[in-house]
Amino acid sequence: MRAKKLGWVLFFLLPSAIPLVAFTLVPMVSSLWVSLHKWNLISPMQWVGLDNYTNLLTDPTTRQVFLHTLVYVVGYLPLVYAGGLALALVLNQRLKGRAFLRATYFLPVVTSWVVVALVWKWLLNPANGLVNQILGFFGVPGPGWWTDPHWALPAVILSSAWKDLGFVMVILLAGLQSIPSDVYEAALVDGANAWQRFWRITLPLLSPSTFFVVVISLINGFQVFDQVYVMTGGGPSGSSQVVVGHIYDLTFRYGRAGEASALSWILFAVILLITVLQVRGQRKWVHYA
Amino acid sequence: MRRFCLYAAVVAGAAVMLFPFLWTVITSITPDGSLADGPKLIVHNPTVDAYRTLLDAMPIWRILVNSLLIAIASTGFQLITGSMAAYGFARLHFPLKNVIFGCYLATLMVPLQVLVVPLFIEMKTLNLQDTYFALLAPTIASAFGVFLLRQAVSAVPAELDEAATIDGAGHLRIFTTIVLPLIRPALATVAVFAFMGSWNSFLWPLVVIRSPEFMTLPLGLSTLQGQFTTQWNVVMAGSVVSIVPIAVIYLLAQRHIIAGVAHTGIK
Repeated sequence: MRAKKLGWVLFFLLPSAIPLVAFTLVPMVSSLWVSLHKWNLISPMQWVGLDNYTNLLTDPTTRQVFLHTLVYVVGYLPLVYAGGLALALVLNQRLKGRAFLRATYFLPVVTSWVVVALVWKWLLNPANGLVNQILGFFGVPGPGWWTDPHWALPAVILSSAWKDLGFVMVILLAGLQSIPSDVYEAALVDGANAWQRFWRITLPLLSPSTFFVVVISLINGFQVFDQVYVMTGGGPSGSSQVVVGHIYDLTFRYGRAGEASALSWILFAVILLITVLQVRGQRKWVHYA
Repeated sequence: MRRFCLYAAVVAGAAVMLFPFLWTVITSITPDGSLADGPKLIVHNPTVDAYRTLLDAMPIWRILVNSLLIAIASTGFQLITGSMAAYGFARLHFPLKNVIFGCYLATLMVPLQVLVVPLFIEMKTLNLQDTYFALLAPTIASAFGVFLLRQAVSAVPAELDEAATIDGAGHLRIFTTIVLPLIRPALATVAVFAFMGSWNSFLWPLVVIRSPEFMTLPLGLSTLQGQFTTQWNVVMAGSVVSIVPIAVIYLLAQRHIIAGVAHTGIK
């Protein structure tokens, strides 16, 4: 009887447990191990203890790639949230062609990051890209975008926001639809105007969805890589290099796998810390109905 | 009047969303010679030369099929492994259940970048570099899927199982005939995320795949821009090839995809 019960447990759990152990848990542990060594992927590993961590924490490049990642997140999040919220508010009303409009805004979400990055690299081409052509038509000299150290990150932020706008819109739309309409009716009876209804009802009751968007965007934002790799390759001269791009370069360009592993754990710690702080802090501003 | 302005703004925004796709197609049929000062909205002498160059440069059809196969396989695997684990955690009683579930959740928190280097070494040691298996391996099971599906299975009333047990049904029958049909919305959500995750995946293929025969679209496309730095029509032709299949799938399943994504936000 007992053996039979155990048999069922194994039957249902092993199909997921085996791959998770083999391709997540084992690499996780060995990554910690690698991070304590000096290793170029070829010659034998050399124990260095916590040196990789201390070296990284004092290395100006580390500070720089974290700063760029932070700039990316800080530029991207308000853009997609404000845009997504505005869209959700408008498309939550009864409008002609509402389903079509929603579907259109969501289309870039299903397009891969690499395609989005390539298409925008072309649109933002300094010489003959569409955006600079349009700017030129209005007499505005277009910037060098991904060829200019000051404009490379903004170019990445712009294309990322374009891609994710629809995702945020869909999440916030679902949140808006879960707000009971009698709350609005009561507010109307009390004479609240549209502005008051937005600030006093919509935003507070939307806070669980907002929380979800912020948590997910920060987790994904700190792991940004694809679009940077394709659009700028971290350049020009490192001006748009982000943490994951640096991890990739450390491993496969410079053969410093130990430091790369250590940096990936530092990034993990940062993401974990930010997420925990948000979950802690949500009590102050997230209202669950 | 205000309503009309809002409506106009939303429609204009939709045009901004769609225009890059149109521009991609236009660029891909613009001949090399007309690229220098940028393509025009109306292409005077459209050509498929860029697509020919693309076909010569890489086995693009095979790469397209690779992407589809891997995405379908990874979706199928995640649905099977995920729903089974979900049933195990929601319906079976065994020692250390919460600890084991905690371990599942822990793998959810670890970002791919932490795993990429050792996973690469693992594949290299097992001589599995440049194989379909290597592409598929990290996506056979996903803790995210297990978590989402467990919530769904828990929401299925236990009385249904009990009634079936009295009728003599075992776990396998309860799982396949009662639980699975009732958790279909959650399965759809997991399927959408699994498919999109695999279809868009870039870092892992970039690390583990070298030969063009095993590349997926994102990887193939990224190598394209290195080869054709100034021939944007070829790069855009590749982009068109990779947008069309996903756009068709999206058009067919649009409602389910959006519902699936919205589902995660409510929880």
